[in-house]
Amino acid sequence: MSEFIQLLLSGLSSGSIYALAAVGFTLLWQASQTINFAQGEFVMIPAFFVLALSVKLGFPVWLAMPLAIILSVLILGALFKRLIVEPMHKHGTIPLVIATIALGILLKEMVKEFYSPLGQPFPSLFPQDVFSIGGAAISIPDIANFTIAMGTIVALQLFLSRTRTGRSMQATAQNPDVAEILGVDIKRMVMYTFLINGALAAIASILITPVYLAKFSNGEVLGLVAFIAAIVGGFNQIRGALVGGLLLGVVDNFSAAYFSSEYRQALPMILLIVIILVRPQGLLGTSEGRTV
Amino acid sequence: MIRKLAMTAATGLALTATGAFADVVIADVAELSGAGAAAGAVWHDGVKMAVEEINAAGGILGEQIDLREYDSQTDPQNSRAMVQKAIDDDAYVLLGTVYSSSTVVNMLVAQQNGVPQLTGSESPTITAKGNPYIFRTAFGAQKGLPKLGTYLKDDLGAQKIAVIWANTEFGKGGHDAFMAVAEDLGLEIVADVPTEQAQVDFAADVAKLASAGADAVFSYMTEEESARFLIEAEKQGLGLPIVGDTVIASQKVIDLAGEAANGVASHVGLTAEAPVPAIQEMAAKFQEKFGYGADHNAIKGYIGAYTVKYVTEQIGEFDREKFAETMHGLCLDAASHPGVLMDVCWDETGEMSRASFLVEVVDGAQTITKTLPAN
Repeated sequence: MSEFIQLLLSGLSSGSIYALAAVGFTLLWQASQTINFAQGEFVMIPAFFVLALSVKLGFPVWLAMPLAIILSVLILGALFKRLIVEPMHKHGTIPLVIATIALGILLKEMVKEFYSPLGQPFPSLFPQDVFSIGGAAISIPDIANFTIAMGTIVALQLFLSRTRTGRSMQATAQNPDVAEILGVDIKRMVMYTFLINGALAAIASILITPVYLAKFSNGEVLGLVAFIAAIVGGFNQIRGALVGGLLLGVVDNFSAAYFSSEYRQALPMILLIVIILVRPQGLLGTSEGRTV
Repeated sequence: MIRKLAMTAATGLALTATGAFADVVIADVAELSGAGAAAGAVWHDGVKMAVEEINAAGGILGEQIDLREYDSQTDPQNSRAMVQKAIDDDAYVLLGTVYSSSTVVNMLVAQQNGVPQLTGSESPTITAKGNPYIFRTAFGAQKGLPKLGTYLKDDLGAQKIAVIWANTEFGKGGHDAFMAVAEDLGLEIVADVPTEQAQVDFAADVAKLASAGADAVFSYMTEEESARFLIEAEKQGLGLPIVGDTVIASQKVIDLAGEAANGVASHVGLTAEAPVPAIQEMAAKFQEKFGYGADHNAIKGYIGAYTVKYVTEQIGEFDREKFAETMHGLCLDAASHPGVLMDVCWDETGEMSRASFLVEVVDGAQTITKTLPAN
């Protein structure tokens, strides 16, 4: 039983970080029909911002982390939208998808070339203390990761539903033409979405890298998991991405412990296939009709 | 006039050709990127440092070494292509690869072409295939693990062992060798957990080890995976002695895992902390040159390059066939061959013998607890 609890809690901890990246997927999709296949690299890069600022430039870690979040908002949010999404968007979804795949490869190779292909140690925000619940060893970092990730998503949900700007962003996502008629500055709202995605990616990066180590290839795993989580939960719902992320974190742990370590990566794919067959809109997603 | 032109052209070509072969090409095929970069890039730096020293001292038989690097990208099939490319580039001897899963594939190409290969791989299968051109720079797991098994049983008093290992050629070799040792010593295996190359999440694996009721954990994975495992083990408060062979207490793992590496015990064939002045001197030069600490892979690469020099000077010519023949049954003593750092011998399979060490990680550094004789 203690093993079950431990697997559940550590699965929820990593799952909540997957959820941050998955929420970013859904936000960009809702706001601009952008499927960002560089999302994994967006989660990988901020850790290197932190390392560059702290190790190379000598900033203290407590300062390097918020600076890295700001850099991510500017580079992975604003610059990404201006340089990649805006020029490609008018050519349709597929060219944009290909552009983000290319961007992901570029980011990965840049880190490899300019920083190092080797994994790098990354400082943890939290003490490594452990306490026991029902015989299961629960670590402070697991609890803290879960709390911060969930807190971020809840804060985002509150921002979107309770503030004027948030509601304008939702209106833009649901029907940009009507939103524009109602006086919403839809370009600005879409830009806000990209900025938020940059921040979510940076938070996910800072939380997960102490365990994964900072490495150029981290985005391969994270991008795939976040994409599957977004589809499983529902690509057009933030709460869907949240559920998808948590589910994947737990399923990954349980499958490795109770099914097979060798096939642990296959189970999320099986889950994806089953969801697509049984409920194509995802667990909490809503069906979308499009004119073709 | 035409004859004159032809003579001039022929002379020019001959001179160019002489120039091209003035240096001896040594190829280093290593994991410079991909999951194995933590091992391969460090190995390559060790090779590079040795080659620079050899060239500065006059080269081999008066020829400068032209060191060519080839990136296997930690991909066995790519490593095979890179070995072929190195042979096409007229490599005299091949150094690398470090990952056993690559070496078992690419060493066949070297064998078919009759090119000697000094590898950093430690899987027992490497020297068990009857390949007369393969030679180790560090002995295989099957030689080190009996020493570790004895340590587990006698020094730690452990009877129940949980095993976590990389499901690769390297990891499987170590796993199988350890299972044989455990059976011989009467140790009970209470958990047997395979992991994947480049695995990043070890939460489930550590939970399985924790619930197995083990007295100690035996770990056999590569550098980054070992570090991630140690970080997760600390995070979950595993609280069991963790022992391994070579990698888990390597400098790279200590750098990556930080405090989580403290307390790890390991058998190591080579370590910068060894009480051997030549190794410490080499490690200090390495640190100064590259800005990071040498680990066993750096020392292996360094020894590999110097072995090429000593063996070639012993045979007196650049002859691949004679090189391979001479290596079998060869012993080099460190007193007259300082580049090998410690006395070393190779047997008829290319396996090597050398003294080794038991170490423990204390305050982020390896501490030698015992020096073990060659076996």
